[in-house]
Amino acid sequence: MSANANAALLDVRDVSKAFGTVEVLRAVSLEVKRGEVVSVIGPSGSGKTTLLRCVNFLESYDSGSIRIDGKEVGYREAATRQRRSERDLAAMRAETGMVFQSFNLFPHLTAAGNIMLGLRKVRGKSDAEARQIAEHWLGRVGLAHKADSLPAELSGGQQQRVGIARAVAMEPKILLLDEITSALDPELVGEVLAVVRSLAEDGMTMLMVTHEMAFARDASSRIVFMADGSVSAAGPPAEILGAEIENERLRNFLARFRASHF
Amino acid sequence: MGYALNFNLIWRHFDKLWGGLLLSLELAVISIAIGIVIGLVLAVWYVSAGRVVRAVIAAYVEFIRNVPLILLVYLVFYGLPTVVDIAYSAQTSFIATLSLYSGAYLVEVFRSGLEAVPRGQIDAGKAIGLTPWQRLIHVRLPTMLRITLPALSNTFISLFKDTSVASVISVPELTYGAQWINFNTFRIVEVYLVVTAMYLLTGYALLFGLRLVERRFRAAR
Repeated sequence: MSANANAALLDVRDVSKAFGTVEVLRAVSLEVKRGEVVSVIGPSGSGKTTLLRCVNFLESYDSGSIRIDGKEVGYREAATRQRRSERDLAAMRAETGMVFQSFNLFPHLTAAGNIMLGLRKVRGKSDAEARQIAEHWLGRVGLAHKADSLPAELSGGQQQRVGIARAVAMEPKILLLDEITSALDPELVGEVLAVVRSLAEDGMTMLMVTHEMAFARDASSRIVFMADGSVSAAGPPAEILGAEIENERLRNFLARFRASHF
Repeated sequence: MGYALNFNLIWRHFDKLWGGLLLSLELAVISIAIGIVIGLVLAVWYVSAGRVVRAVIAAYVEFIRNVPLILLVYLVFYGLPTVVDIAYSAQTSFIATLSLYSGAYLVEVFRSGLEAVPRGQIDAGKAIGLTPWQRLIHVRLPTMLRITLPALSNTFISLFKDTSVASVISVPELTYGAQWINFNTFRIVEVYLVVTAMYLLTGYALLFGLRLVERRFRAAR
Protein backbone atom coordinates (compact mmCIF):
# COMPACT_ATOMS: atom_id res chain seq x y z
CA MET A 1 0.00 0.00 0.00
CA SER A 2 1.14 3.52 -0.59
CA ALA A 3 2.08 5.61 2.41
CA ASN A 4 -1.02 7.71 2.21
CA ALA A 5 -4.19 6.08 0.95
CA ASN A 6 -5.81 9.46 0.59
CA ALA A 7 -3.11 10.88 -1.63
CA ALA A 8 -4.04 11.17 -5.28
CA LEU A 9 -3.05 8.16 -7.36
CA LEU A 10 -2.71 10.41 -10.38
CA ASP A 11 -1.52 13.92 -9.76
CA VAL A 12 -1.35 16.24 -12.75
CA ARG A 13 0.05 19.63 -11.84
CA ASP A 14 0.34 22.70 -14.05
CA VAL A 15 0.99 20.72 -17.20
CA SER A 16 1.48 22.81 -20.32
CA LYS A 17 2.18 21.76 -23.84
CA ALA A 18 2.38 23.49 -27.19
CA PHE A 19 2.46 22.08 -30.69
CA GLY A 20 4.54 24.78 -32.34
CA THR A 21 2.77 28.01 -31.50
CA VAL A 22 -0.51 26.33 -30.58
CA GLU A 23 -0.94 25.90 -26.85
CA VAL A 24 -2.89 22.70 -26.38
CA LEU A 25 -2.53 22.45 -22.62
CA ARG A 26 -2.31 25.48 -20.35
CA ALA A 27 -1.32 24.74 -16.79
CA VAL A 28 -3.73 21.83 -16.43
CA SER A 29 -4.07 20.36 -12.97
CA LEU A 30 -6.21 17.47 -11.86
CA GLU A 31 -6.18 14.63 -9.41
CA VAL A 32 -7.59 11.15 -9.51
CA LYS A 33 -7.79 9.24 -6.25
CA ARG A 34 -7.62 5.50 -5.95
CA GLY A 35 -10.90 3.95 -7.05
CA GLU A 36 -12.21 7.16 -8.54
CA VAL A 37 -13.67 7.47 -12.00
CA VAL A 38 -13.00 10.90 -13.47
CA SER A 39 -14.48 11.95 -16.80
CA VAL A 40 -13.02 14.68 -18.95
CA ILE A 41 -15.50 16.43 -21.21
CA GLY A 42 -15.21 19.41 -23.50
CA PRO A 43 -15.34 20.52 -27.11
CA SER A 44 -12.97 18.92 -29.60
CA GLY A 45 -9.63 20.65 -29.69
CA SER A 46 -9.81 21.44 -26.00
CA GLY A 47 -6.81 19.24 -25.22
CA LYS A 48 -8.61 16.32 -23.57
CA THR A 49 -6.97 13.59 -25.59
CA THR A 50 -3.56 15.25 -25.43
CA LEU A 51 -3.85 15.38 -21.66
CA LEU A 52 -4.69 11.69 -21.53
CA ARG A 53 -1.75 10.84 -23.80
CA CYS A 54 0.57 12.82 -21.55
CA VAL A 55 -0.43 10.69 -18.57
CA ASN A 56 1.29 7.62 -20.05
CA PHE A 57 3.80 9.73 -21.93
CA LEU A 58 2.63 8.91 -25.43
CA GLU A 59 3.04 12.67 -25.66
CA SER A 60 5.71 14.66 -23.91
CA TYR A 61 4.82 17.92 -22.20
CA ASP A 62 6.72 21.16 -21.90
CA SER A 63 6.33 21.97 -18.23
CA GLY A 64 4.57 20.86 -15.11
CA SER A 65 4.51 17.47 -13.47
CA ILE A 66 2.54 14.24 -13.77
CA ARG A 67 2.87 11.71 -10.99
CA ILE A 68 1.37 8.29 -10.65
CA ASP A 69 1.58 6.85 -7.17
CA GLY A 70 4.08 9.57 -6.33
CA LYS A 71 6.39 8.74 -9.23
CA GLU A 72 7.12 11.27 -11.96
CA VAL A 73 5.94 9.81 -15.28
CA GLY A 74 8.04 10.88 -18.23
CA TYR A 75 10.98 12.61 -16.64
CA ARG A 76 13.44 11.63 -13.96
CA GLU A 77 12.38 14.75 -12.07
CA ALA A 78 9.92 17.45 -13.02
CA ALA A 79 12.53 20.13 -12.32
CA THR A 80 15.38 18.81 -14.47
CA ARG A 81 13.12 17.66 -17.36
CA GLN A 82 15.55 14.84 -18.06
CA ARG A 83 13.63 12.27 -20.05
CA ARG A 84 13.50 8.76 -18.68
CA SER A 85 15.21 5.97 -20.61
CA GLU A 86 13.04 4.01 -23.03
CA ARG A 87 13.26 1.01 -20.72
CA ASP A 88 12.06 3.11 -17.79
CA LEU A 89 9.28 4.59 -19.87
CA ALA A 90 8.13 1.14 -20.92
CA ALA A 91 8.06 0.01 -17.30
CA MET A 92 6.08 3.11 -16.30
CA ARG A 93 3.60 2.66 -19.11
CA ALA A 94 2.97 -0.92 -18.07
CA GLU A 95 1.41 0.54 -14.91
CA THR A 96 -1.18 2.51 -16.87
CA GLY A 97 -3.67 0.83 -19.15
CA MET A 98 -4.96 2.64 -22.18
CA VAL A 99 -7.95 2.04 -24.41
CA PHE A 100 -8.05 3.89 -27.71
CA GLN A 101 -10.77 5.47 -29.78
CA SER A 102 -9.73 3.39 -32.80
CA PHE A 103 -9.20 0.17 -30.77
CA ASN A 104 -5.66 -0.29 -32.10
CA LEU A 105 -5.65 -4.05 -31.74
CA PHE A 106 -2.65 -5.85 -33.19
CA PRO A 107 -4.12 -7.15 -36.46
CA HIS A 108 -1.90 -10.23 -36.70
CA LEU A 109 -2.82 -11.54 -33.27
CA THR A 110 -6.03 -13.19 -32.11
CA ALA A 111 -8.16 -11.66 -29.36
CA ALA A 112 -6.35 -13.82 -26.81
CA GLY A 113 -3.02 -13.11 -28.50
CA ASN A 114 -3.56 -9.37 -28.17
CA ILE A 115 -4.06 -9.74 -24.44
CA MET A 116 -1.22 -12.23 -24.01
CA LEU A 117 1.48 -10.16 -25.69
CA GLY A 118 1.97 -7.75 -22.80
CA LEU A 119 1.51 -10.46 -20.21
CA ARG A 120 4.26 -12.55 -21.77
CA LYS A 121 6.74 -9.92 -22.86
CA VAL A 122 6.25 -7.30 -20.15
CA ARG A 123 4.96 -9.28 -17.18
CA GLY A 124 7.06 -12.33 -18.00
CA LYS A 125 4.16 -14.80 -17.70
CA SER A 126 4.38 -18.23 -19.28
CA ASP A 127 2.25 -18.95 -22.33
CA ALA A 128 -0.17 -21.08 -20.32
CA GLU A 129 -0.50 -18.50 -17.56
CA ALA A 130 -0.98 -15.66 -20.03
CA ARG A 131 -3.59 -17.69 -21.89
CA GLN A 132 -5.47 -18.34 -18.68
CA ILE A 133 -5.50 -14.66 -17.76
CA ALA A 134 -6.55 -13.73 -21.29
CA GLU A 135 -9.43 -16.17 -21.17
CA HIS A 136 -10.49 -14.85 -17.79
CA TRP A 137 -10.67 -11.29 -19.07
CA LEU A 138 -12.29 -12.25 -22.34
CA GLY A 139 -14.94 -13.93 -20.21
CA ARG A 140 -15.35 -10.74 -18.19
CA VAL A 141 -16.01 -8.71 -21.35
CA GLY A 142 -18.35 -11.39 -22.72
CA LEU A 143 -16.05 -12.67 -25.45
CA ALA A 144 -14.90 -16.04 -24.13
CA HIS A 145 -16.04 -17.63 -27.38
CA LYS A 146 -13.94 -15.21 -29.49
CA ALA A 147 -10.54 -15.96 -27.96
CA ASP A 148 -9.14 -17.29 -31.22
CA SER A 149 -10.74 -14.76 -33.56
CA LEU A 150 -8.63 -12.19 -35.32
CA PRO A 151 -9.55 -8.51 -34.91
CA ALA A 152 -10.78 -8.37 -38.51
CA GLU A 153 -13.36 -11.02 -37.66
CA LEU A 154 -14.81 -8.99 -34.78
CA SER A 155 -17.32 -6.14 -34.73
CA GLY A 156 -16.22 -2.72 -33.53
CA GLY A 157 -17.84 -3.24 -30.16
CA GLN A 158 -16.16 -6.62 -29.77
CA GLN A 159 -12.79 -5.20 -30.80
CA GLN A 160 -13.11 -2.46 -28.24
CA ARG A 161 -13.99 -4.95 -25.53
CA VAL A 162 -10.84 -6.87 -26.42
CA GLY A 163 -9.02 -3.54 -26.21
CA ILE A 164 -10.33 -3.06 -22.69
CA ALA A 165 -9.45 -6.62 -21.73
CA ARG A 166 -5.92 -6.12 -23.12
CA ALA A 167 -5.48 -3.05 -20.94
CA VAL A 168 -6.92 -4.37 -17.67
CA ALA A 169 -5.25 -7.79 -17.93
CA MET A 170 -1.98 -5.99 -17.20
CA GLU A 171 -3.45 -4.98 -13.84
CA PRO A 172 -2.67 -1.31 -14.28
CA LYS A 173 -2.91 1.15 -11.44
CA ILE A 174 -5.07 3.39 -13.57
CA LEU A 175 -7.00 2.91 -16.78
CA LEU A 176 -7.06 5.67 -19.40
CA LEU A 177 -10.02 5.62 -21.78
CA ASP A 178 -9.76 7.86 -24.82
CA GLU A 179 -13.20 8.41 -26.37
CA ILE A 180 -13.58 4.67 -26.54
CA THR A 181 -17.10 4.70 -27.99
CA SER A 182 -16.66 7.51 -30.52
CA ALA A 183 -15.77 5.20 -33.40
CA LEU A 184 -18.61 2.78 -32.71
CA ASP A 185 -22.00 2.45 -34.31
CA PRO A 186 -24.64 3.66 -31.84
CA GLU A 187 -26.03 0.20 -31.25
CA LEU A 188 -22.62 -1.07 -30.14
CA VAL A 189 -21.93 1.67 -27.60
CA GLY A 190 -23.98 0.04 -24.85
CA GLU A 191 -22.03 -3.20 -24.69
CA VAL A 192 -18.74 -1.33 -24.29
CA LEU A 193 -20.06 1.03 -21.63
CA ALA A 194 -21.47 -1.92 -19.70
CA VAL A 195 -17.95 -3.32 -19.45
CA VAL A 196 -16.57 0.01 -18.23
CA ARG A 197 -19.32 0.25 -15.66
CA SER A 198 -18.56 -3.20 -14.29
CA LEU A 199 -14.87 -2.28 -14.01
CA ALA A 200 -15.84 0.87 -12.11
CA GLU A 201 -17.91 -1.24 -9.73
CA ASP A 202 -14.81 -3.36 -9.13
CA GLY A 203 -13.01 -0.25 -7.98
CA MET A 204 -10.78 0.27 -11.02
CA THR A 205 -9.34 3.78 -11.07
CA MET A 206 -10.19 5.44 -14.37
CA LEU A 207 -9.61 8.65 -16.22
CA MET A 208 -11.76 8.86 -19.30
CA VAL A 209 -12.29 11.31 -22.09
CA THR A 210 -15.84 10.93 -23.29
CA HIS A 211 -18.70 12.44 -25.23
CA GLU A 212 -21.22 10.15 -23.55
CA MET A 213 -22.71 12.69 -21.15
CA ALA A 214 -25.27 10.34 -19.66
CA PHE A 215 -22.58 7.78 -19.01
CA ALA A 216 -20.24 10.37 -17.54
CA ARG A 217 -23.03 11.52 -15.24
CA ASP A 218 -23.88 8.01 -14.06
CA ALA A 219 -20.46 6.44 -13.80
CA SER A 220 -18.14 9.26 -12.69
CA SER A 221 -17.12 10.36 -9.27
CA ARG A 222 -16.10 13.68 -10.74
CA ILE A 223 -16.27 15.45 -14.08
CA VAL A 224 -13.65 17.80 -15.46
CA PHE A 225 -14.68 20.25 -18.15
CA MET A 226 -11.86 21.40 -20.40
CA ALA A 227 -11.93 24.30 -22.80
CA ASP A 228 -9.08 25.86 -24.77
CA GLY A 229 -6.46 23.71 -23.13
CA SER A 230 -7.31 24.42 -19.53
CA VAL A 231 -9.64 23.07 -16.88
CA SER A 232 -12.64 25.36 -16.93
CA ALA A 233 -14.77 23.59 -14.38
CA ALA A 234 -14.54 20.47 -12.22
CA GLY A 235 -16.77 18.84 -9.70
CA PRO A 236 -19.25 16.07 -9.01
CA PRO A 237 -21.58 15.17 -11.92
CA ALA A 238 -24.63 16.73 -10.30
CA GLU A 239 -22.81 20.04 -10.16
CA ILE A 240 -21.21 19.99 -13.62
CA LEU A 241 -24.18 18.60 -15.54
CA GLY A 242 -26.87 19.98 -13.25
CA ALA A 243 -29.57 22.47 -14.04
CA GLU A 244 -27.87 25.51 -12.52
CA ILE A 245 -24.59 26.19 -14.28
CA GLU A 246 -22.71 29.38 -13.69
CA ASN A 247 -19.77 28.67 -15.94
CA GLU A 248 -20.77 30.22 -19.24
CA ARG A 249 -18.49 28.13 -21.43
CA LEU A 250 -19.75 24.94 -19.87
CA ARG A 251 -23.34 26.12 -20.29
CA ASN A 252 -22.73 26.86 -23.97
CA PHE A 253 -20.94 23.56 -24.49
CA LEU A 254 -23.79 21.59 -22.96
CA ALA A 255 -26.39 23.56 -24.87
CA ARG A 256 -24.59 22.89 -28.14
CA PHE A 257 -24.10 19.29 -27.16
CA ARG A 258 -27.80 18.79 -26.43
CA ALA A 259 -28.77 20.56 -29.63
CA SER A 260 -26.57 18.29 -31.73
CA HIS A 261 -27.78 15.11 -30.07
CA PHE A 262 -31.49 15.58 -30.52
CA MET B 1 9.22 -18.72 -95.15
CA GLY B 2 10.83 -22.02 -95.85
CA TYR B 3 11.85 -22.57 -92.23
CA ALA B 4 10.48 -25.75 -90.74
CA LEU B 5 10.36 -25.95 -86.96
CA ASN B 6 12.15 -28.94 -85.58
CA PHE B 7 12.22 -29.46 -81.84
CA ASN B 8 13.98 -32.83 -81.83
CA LEU B 9 17.39 -31.36 -81.11
CA ILE B 10 15.94 -29.27 -78.30
CA TRP B 11 14.43 -32.30 -76.57
CA ARG B 12 17.67 -34.19 -76.95
CA HIS B 13 19.46 -31.48 -74.93
CA PHE B 14 16.55 -30.70 -72.66
CA ASP B 15 18.56 -31.62 -69.57
CA LYS B 16 20.55 -28.41 -70.15
CA LEU B 17 17.34 -26.40 -69.94
CA TRP B 18 15.84 -28.31 -67.04
CA GLY B 19 19.04 -28.07 -65.04
CA GLY B 20 19.26 -24.43 -66.02
CA LEU B 21 15.76 -23.71 -64.78
CA LEU B 22 16.46 -25.35 -61.44
CA LEU B 23 19.65 -23.32 -61.10
CA SER B 24 17.79 -20.11 -62.01
CA LEU B 25 15.28 -20.81 -59.25
CA GLU B 26 18.05 -21.62 -56.83
CA LEU B 27 19.85 -18.37 -57.63
CA ALA B 28 16.65 -16.38 -57.18
CA VAL B 29 15.73 -18.05 -53.88
CA ILE B 30 19.18 -17.68 -52.33
CA SER B 31 19.50 -14.09 -53.52
CA ILE B 32 16.14 -12.99 -52.23
CA ALA B 33 16.78 -14.69 -48.90
CA ILE B 34 20.03 -12.76 -48.47
CA GLY B 35 18.39 -9.67 -49.95
CA ILE B 36 15.60 -9.84 -47.38
CA VAL B 37 18.13 -9.93 -44.58
CA ILE B 38 20.03 -6.97 -46.08
CA GLY B 39 16.80 -5.09 -46.71
CA LEU B 40 15.39 -5.69 -43.22
CA VAL B 41 18.55 -4.78 -41.38
CA LEU B 42 19.15 -1.63 -43.40
CA ALA B 43 15.50 -0.53 -43.34
CA VAL B 44 15.25 -0.91 -39.57
CA TRP B 45 18.60 0.80 -39.19
CA TYR B 46 17.55 3.57 -41.54
CA VAL B 47 14.35 4.52 -39.73
CA SER B 48 16.09 4.77 -36.38
CA ALA B 49 19.46 6.18 -37.49
CA GLY B 50 20.99 9.61 -37.75
CA ARG B 51 21.75 11.55 -40.89
CA VAL B 52 25.11 10.00 -41.69
CA VAL B 53 23.91 6.41 -41.63
CA ARG B 54 20.83 7.40 -43.60
CA ALA B 55 22.99 9.05 -46.25
CA VAL B 56 25.19 5.95 -46.56
CA ILE B 57 22.21 3.62 -46.90
CA ALA B 58 20.55 5.97 -49.38
CA ALA B 59 23.75 6.10 -51.42
CA TYR B 60 23.87 2.29 -51.60
CA VAL B 61 20.24 2.14 -52.70
CA GLU B 62 20.65 4.87 -55.28
CA PHE B 63 23.83 3.37 -56.66
CA ILE B 64 22.29 -0.05 -57.18
CA ARG B 65 19.07 1.31 -58.58
CA ASN B 66 20.76 3.49 -61.14
CA VAL B 67 23.33 1.06 -62.49
CA PRO B 68 22.23 -1.68 -64.92
CA LEU B 69 22.32 -5.12 -63.35
CA ILE B 70 24.58 -6.49 -66.08
CA LEU B 71 27.16 -3.85 -65.22
CA LEU B 72 27.00 -4.77 -61.54
CA VAL B 73 27.54 -8.39 -62.50
CA TYR B 74 30.67 -7.46 -64.49
CA LEU B 75 31.90 -5.18 -61.72
CA VAL B 76 31.66 -7.85 -59.06
CA PHE B 77 32.90 -10.75 -61.17
CA TYR B 78 35.71 -9.10 -63.18
CA GLY B 79 36.30 -5.79 -61.43
CA LEU B 80 36.41 -6.62 -57.74
CA PRO B 81 38.95 -9.51 -57.87
CA THR B 82 41.43 -7.32 -59.77
CA VAL B 83 41.28 -4.63 -57.09
CA VAL B 84 41.13 -6.71 -53.95
CA ASP B 85 42.61 -10.09 -53.36
CA ILE B 86 39.62 -12.36 -53.46
CA ALA B 87 38.57 -15.22 -55.64
CA TYR B 88 35.16 -16.70 -56.15
CA SER B 89 33.25 -18.76 -58.67
CA ALA B 90 30.99 -17.12 -61.21
CA GLN B 91 28.01 -18.53 -59.37
CA THR B 92 29.04 -17.15 -55.98
CA SER B 93 29.84 -13.85 -57.58
CA PHE B 94 26.42 -13.69 -59.18
CA ILE B 95 24.60 -14.61 -55.98
CA ALA B 96 26.49 -11.85 -54.18
CA THR B 97 25.56 -9.37 -56.89
CA LEU B 98 21.91 -10.33 -57.05
CA SER B 99 21.65 -10.29 -53.24
CA LEU B 100 23.05 -6.76 -53.06
CA TYR B 101 20.76 -5.82 -55.92
CA SER B 102 17.56 -7.19 -54.37
CA GLY B 103 18.66 -5.91 -50.96
CA ALA B 104 18.74 -2.36 -52.30
CA TYR B 105 15.24 -2.63 -53.67
CA LEU B 106 13.95 -4.28 -50.52
CA VAL B 107 15.39 -1.56 -48.27
CA GLU B 108 12.98 0.80 -49.99
CA VAL B 109 10.10 -1.66 -49.79
CA PHE B 110 10.63 -2.38 -46.09
CA ARG B 111 11.34 1.22 -45.21
CA SER B 112 8.06 2.44 -46.66
CA GLY B 113 6.34 -0.58 -45.10
CA LEU B 114 7.67 0.34 -41.66
CA GLU B 115 6.44 3.88 -42.13
CA ALA B 116 3.02 2.57 -43.16
CA VAL B 117 2.46 0.76 -39.86
CA PRO B 118 -0.43 2.68 -38.28
CA ARG B 119 0.60 4.99 -35.49
CA GLY B 120 -2.18 3.58 -33.30
CA GLN B 121 -0.61 0.12 -33.28
CA ILE B 122 2.69 1.52 -32.12
CA ASP B 123 0.88 3.54 -29.45
CA ALA B 124 -0.90 0.37 -28.33
CA GLY B 125 2.46 -1.38 -28.07
CA LYS B 126 3.84 1.48 -26.00
CA ALA B 127 0.76 1.55 -23.81
CA ILE B 128 1.15 -2.06 -22.69
CA GLY B 129 4.76 -1.35 -21.81
CA LEU B 130 6.70 -2.90 -24.68
CA THR B 131 10.24 -1.60 -25.14
CA PRO B 132 11.20 -0.16 -28.56
CA TRP B 133 12.86 -3.43 -29.52
CA GLN B 134 9.82 -5.47 -28.48
CA ARG B 135 7.58 -3.11 -30.42
CA LEU B 136 9.73 -3.66 -33.48
CA ILE B 137 9.66 -7.45 -33.22
CA HIS B 138 6.09 -7.99 -32.09
CA VAL B 139 4.19 -5.06 -33.55
CA ARG B 140 5.95 -3.26 -36.38
CA LEU B 141 7.61 -6.11 -38.26
CA PRO B 142 4.55 -8.40 -38.45
CA THR B 143 2.38 -5.59 -39.77
CA MET B 144 5.12 -4.34 -42.08
CA LEU B 145 5.62 -7.80 -43.60
CA ARG B 146 1.90 -8.08 -44.23
CA ILE B 147 1.88 -4.70 -45.94
CA THR B 148 4.93 -5.45 -48.05
CA LEU B 149 4.12 -9.02 -49.05
CA PRO B 150 2.79 -8.12 -52.54
CA ALA B 151 5.87 -5.99 -53.27
CA LEU B 152 8.03 -8.81 -51.98
CA SER B 153 6.45 -11.33 -54.36
CA ASN B 154 6.88 -8.96 -57.29
CA THR B 155 10.53 -8.47 -56.40
CA PHE B 156 11.01 -12.22 -56.30
CA ILE B 157 9.41 -12.74 -59.72
CA SER B 158 11.56 -10.10 -61.34
CA LEU B 159 14.59 -11.51 -59.59
CA PHE B 160 13.82 -14.88 -61.11
CA LYS B 161 13.87 -13.28 -64.55
CA ASP B 162 17.01 -11.31 -63.70
CA THR B 163 18.91 -14.54 -63.13
CA SER B 164 19.18 -14.73 -66.93
CA VAL B 165 21.88 -12.07 -66.67
CA ALA B 166 24.12 -14.70 -65.04
CA SER B 167 24.59 -16.20 -68.53
CA VAL B 168 27.02 -13.38 -69.34
CA ILE B 169 29.50 -14.82 -66.86
CA SER B 170 28.75 -18.42 -67.92
CA VAL B 171 26.67 -19.49 -64.95
CA PRO B 172 24.79 -22.47 -66.42
CA GLU B 173 21.27 -21.22 -65.67
CA LEU B 174 18.34 -21.34 -68.06
CA THR B 175 19.37 -18.65 -70.54
CA TYR B 176 22.90 -20.01 -70.63
CA GLY B 177 21.48 -23.44 -71.41
CA ALA B 178 19.51 -21.92 -74.26
CA GLN B 179 22.64 -20.29 -75.65
CA TRP B 180 24.55 -23.53 -75.40
CA ILE B 181 21.89 -25.39 -77.36
CA ASN B 182 21.73 -22.59 -79.90
CA PHE B 183 25.48 -22.64 -80.47
CA ASN B 184 25.51 -26.40 -80.82
CA THR B 185 22.38 -26.96 -82.91
CA PHE B 186 21.63 -23.59 -84.54
CA ARG B 187 17.97 -24.13 -83.70
CA ILE B 188 17.63 -20.56 -82.47
CA VAL B 189 13.86 -20.14 -82.91
CA GLU B 190 12.96 -23.45 -81.32
CA VAL B 191 15.23 -23.14 -78.35
CA TYR B 192 14.13 -19.62 -77.48
CA LEU B 193 10.48 -20.54 -77.95
CA VAL B 194 10.90 -23.35 -75.46
CA VAL B 195 12.88 -21.22 -73.02
CA THR B 196 10.40 -18.38 -73.22
CA ALA B 197 7.62 -20.81 -72.40
CA MET B 198 9.65 -22.11 -69.48
CA TYR B 199 10.23 -18.63 -68.03
CA LEU B 200 6.60 -17.74 -68.57
CA LEU B 201 5.15 -20.88 -67.00
CA THR B 202 7.50 -20.80 -64.04
CA GLY B 203 6.86 -17.09 -63.49
CA TYR B 204 3.11 -17.65 -63.54
CA ALA B 205 3.34 -20.63 -61.22
CA LEU B 206 5.41 -18.59 -58.76
CA LEU B 207 3.01 -15.66 -58.98
CA PHE B 208 0.04 -17.94 -58.41
CA GLY B 209 1.66 -19.57 -55.40
CA LEU B 210 2.72 -16.27 -53.88
CA ARG B 211 -0.73 -14.73 -54.36
CA LEU B 212 -2.18 -17.68 -52.46
CA VAL B 213 0.20 -16.96 -49.61
CA GLU B 214 -0.73 -13.27 -49.71
CA ARG B 215 -4.41 -14.09 -49.61
CA ARG B 216 -3.89 -16.25 -46.56
CA PHE B 217 -2.21 -13.36 -44.79
CA ARG B 218 -4.69 -10.78 -45.99
CA ALA B 219 -7.51 -12.83 -44.54
CA ALA B 220 -5.67 -12.70 -41.26
CA ARG B 221 -5.63 -8.95 -41.25
